[in-house]
Amino acid sequence: MSASALSSHDGPPVDYLTNGTTIRSWLLTTDHKRIGILYMVSITFFYLIGATFAGLIRLELMTPKGDLFSSPDAYNTAFTMHGVVMIFFFLVPSIPAVLGNFLLPLMIGAKDLAFPKINLLSWYLYIIGGAMGLWIMASGGVDTGWTFYTPLSSLYSKTHVVGAACAVFVAGFSSILTGLNFLVTTHTMRAPGMTWYRIPLFVWSMYATSLIQVLGTPVLAISVVLVGLENFFGVGVFDPRLGGDPILFQHLFWFYSHPAVYIMVLPGFAVVSEVIPCFSRRPIFGYKFVALSSVAIAVFGFLVWGHHLFVSGQSMYAGAVFSILSFMVAIPSSIKVFNWTATMYKGSIRFDAPMLYCLAFIGLFMMGGVTGLMVASLAIDVHVHDTYFIISHFHYIMVGGTVSAYLGGIHFWWPKMTGRTYSEFWARLAAILDFVGFNLTFFPQYVLGYLGMPRRYFEYRPEFQVLNVLSTAGATVLAIGMVMPMVYLLLSLRGPKNAGPNPWGATGLEWHTDSPPTTFNFVEPVVVTCDPYLYSPEEAEREYEHAQHDVVA
Amino acid sequence: MSTPSTTLSPETGEQLLLHHFGDLEQQHLSSSLGMWFFLASEVMFFTGMIAAYAVYRALSPEAFHLASLHIDKWLGFFNTWVLLTSSWTMALAVRCTQVGDRRGILRYLLLTAVFGTAFLGVKAYEYGTKIEHHLFPGPHFVVPGSPRDVHATEEGAGDAAHASDYQKLRDASMVDGQLDVKEFANNLGRFQLMFVLYFFMTGIHAFHMIIGIVLILLFAVLTKLHWFSGYGQTQIEMLGLYWHFVDVVWVFLYPLLYLIE
Amino acid sequence: MTELSRSSDAREGPHHVVSLQTYFLVYVALVVLLAATVLASEMPFSRSGHLYAAMAISAVKTILIALIFMHVYYSAPLTWITAAGTLMWVALMIGFFLIDYGSRTWIDILGKWPAGQ
Repeated sequence: MSASALSSHDGPPVDYLTNGTTIRSWLLTTDHKRIGILYMVSITFFYLIGATFAGLIRLELMTPKGDLFSSPDAYNTAFTMHGVVMIFFFLVPSIPAVLGNFLLPLMIGAKDLAFPKINLLSWYLYIIGGAMGLWIMASGGVDTGWTFYTPLSSLYSKTHVVGAACAVFVAGFSSILTGLNFLVTTHTMRAPGMTWYRIPLFVWSMYATSLIQVLGTPVLAISVVLVGLENFFGVGVFDPRLGGDPILFQHLFWFYSHPAVYIMVLPGFAVVSEVIPCFSRRPIFGYKFVALSSVAIAVFGFLVWGHHLFVSGQSMYAGAVFSILSFMVAIPSSIKVFNWTATMYKGSIRFDAPMLYCLAFIGLFMMGGVTGLMVASLAIDVHVHDTYFIISHFHYIMVGGTVSAYLGGIHFWWPKMTGRTYSEFWARLAAILDFVGFNLTFFPQYVLGYLGMPRRYFEYRPEFQVLNVLSTAGATVLAIGMVMPMVYLLLSLRGPKNAGPNPWGATGLEWHTDSPPTTFNFVEPVVVTCDPYLYSPEEAEREYEHAQHDVVA
Repeated sequence: MSTPSTTLSPETGEQLLLHHFGDLEQQHLSSSLGMWFFLASEVMFFTGMIAAYAVYRALSPEAFHLASLHIDKWLGFFNTWVLLTSSWTMALAVRCTQVGDRRGILRYLLLTAVFGTAFLGVKAYEYGTKIEHHLFPGPHFVVPGSPRDVHATEEGAGDAAHASDYQKLRDASMVDGQLDVKEFANNLGRFQLMFVLYFFMTGIHAFHMIIGIVLILLFAVLTKLHWFSGYGQTQIEMLGLYWHFVDVVWVFLYPLLYLIE
Repeated sequence: MTELSRSSDAREGPHHVVSLQTYFLVYVALVVLLAATVLASEMPFSRSGHLYAAMAISAVKTILIALIFMHVYYSAPLTWITAAGTLMWVALMIGFFLIDYGSRTWIDILGKWPAGQ
């Protein structure tokens, strides 16, 4: 993609990081890049909290008897807080709010998002929601599971359900505002020449994600408000004794929360669609299919929520319809996987750290997706519902998929965000450790679930112990793999800003401006004149041979 | 989605251009589109409630019908009329920004606020009578005519049509001449559920109205102070979109809650 | 941006000024439709007939408000799509909910749903 906005400076370059260094200049910034960094710091904080709970859960499950936690209720609180923090405060904002915020205007050649102040507001809402979450945690937590199912949450739980509902409600608004901003920006802020079929696939996926955020999140808001109402006033919206139906809550909740899975994984597709062509040096295979499959996933994603209710007492006929529709989501998802692999075919592949993460993504996402088809079948779901099979399935999508892609994206765009390069050796090592640790943690859980170990219990039968110990050992490896990037990425900040505008030789407008970019992104007005992903494998081969020749000589 | 941007207010009628937009049209379109997406989000918020309403009404139509009879349709009629009128005055206020009539903007914004407040006044009166008749959901809720209804005998004659709700629900729960106890409990519960939904839906709607009125008054003051660049075309149009949306929600709530014959 | 500006050019820019008369006529139509809603509720229709009549009238009112008061008629196609697309999601949610509740009793499972539920 050629752009006329190549870096050319007369005076000393002022990038967005050095343009104001006071805390005030950060907290009141409306620069999308700084807000992206604010999000990155805050979600990392919540990620560490969520991971701590995960560690406690895995430690507890090392032995068949409950010994780490004082009571089953304490264990319930731990996995609930793990789920709430990881989903609402890490995964949902992760790629959109960090990488999306930073990159979306850069990629379409805009100076900022359409509503910079609303963008800052969304970060503050996130922080307010997060603070409420922390307060809930400090005062004893919630023990209903992240799904807040009634009547447990409305009638029986003695914990702070209303407070947690408020936290989720506020964080939800942050998500809506981010989505709204992205939608409008994509529509109205594109640079001249940036037609719909020239925008990078990252932006297409963000657009699809934002659609879900805007249309789905309010339904989550209303369902948690109804639970709060039932708790607070004692009126039985979902109380069967008062004519209510608990399954209605599940309908409302999953109307958001199933599409929310796509809020989490579509941004993963976004990153992978950028990284794979760059490190294969080939144009993406079937651009339009990859682009439109994102939108198709967003739409289909809204039609499948009932597969969470197969064994809840939902009508069997509705179950059959939802089962068929769930299978249909596999079509656009596999279009993506096939196109990524076809992009790599006959490419000149380089195994840099971002590529390793994205290759891990493809493999793990496929595992998660195929087991998703298994649990979308009515008959198999009856067997594996509420077992570790489900746990493993969605961790393959969310951790193996989204977190891998998030880390891949952070590594890919780290030189752009900070202007620094990191240690490639340690980065590759971390990527490999993550992959190995992840599989060691969660593959045994597929087996456990299939053998019948239920989720959400802190004791289990002794014959499951071997696999559980394996899983806990894997979690340790995974933890090391996750902590390593934090160390070497932070260490890289001490180095000079020597990354250069385009260290990967990538196409895309964001690589045509300085690293780190200036406050208004581009020095000169941007005009786009050609398609995205104009990589050439032949050229890459020639360069490689030159390099070899130099080494030999 | 409004972008009140400046204290400088050139009397050319042109709005100021924010730095990250290319031209005024792009700026206006972005605001308008942002507001529409926000309203789409709001629609889904209300849809959650309406879906709950649809499910419970489909399960117990008789209970919803009987409960609806306690909600005064003529007060609702008056309120709908008030709200439609406020929507009209709001549309005129937006028109005044387009033709550059500052006094007109103020006049119509204030009229809209007055109508909105009148709506809330009637609403408050309605809530008052419901609470007085023990129709506010919760521990004090009494199905008229039920054994718990101490007022059934006192008010007696005048309230005869309402006093027998309990009996009517009982009649509706008969299966083959036998009382289906579970169905009867469900019907009694859903009689109350109708009031839960009534208070909740109209309450959330009223909450949106309050926000709307506060914003209208704020925008009126800002217009008076010449705070908006131009005549605040974009800002007041976005406020108008919000206000009309609140009106549309009520257009559906009125027949759903007040008119179940 | 391109497809947006093109469409608004066709309709005299984003600030199309609607005449006072049009606004007044729409207002009168809305009040008439309001009277029609109440009148319809007094008619001897079946219960579902009442619901359909009321919803149809509300839909007409909404269309009038959206097209004229909210200027959709004078706006970019994208505004049309947003407004109409949202309704699709509304239908989706209510439709699927009712499919579930409506078809629960179709099959006779021993000991389940004796009536109603």
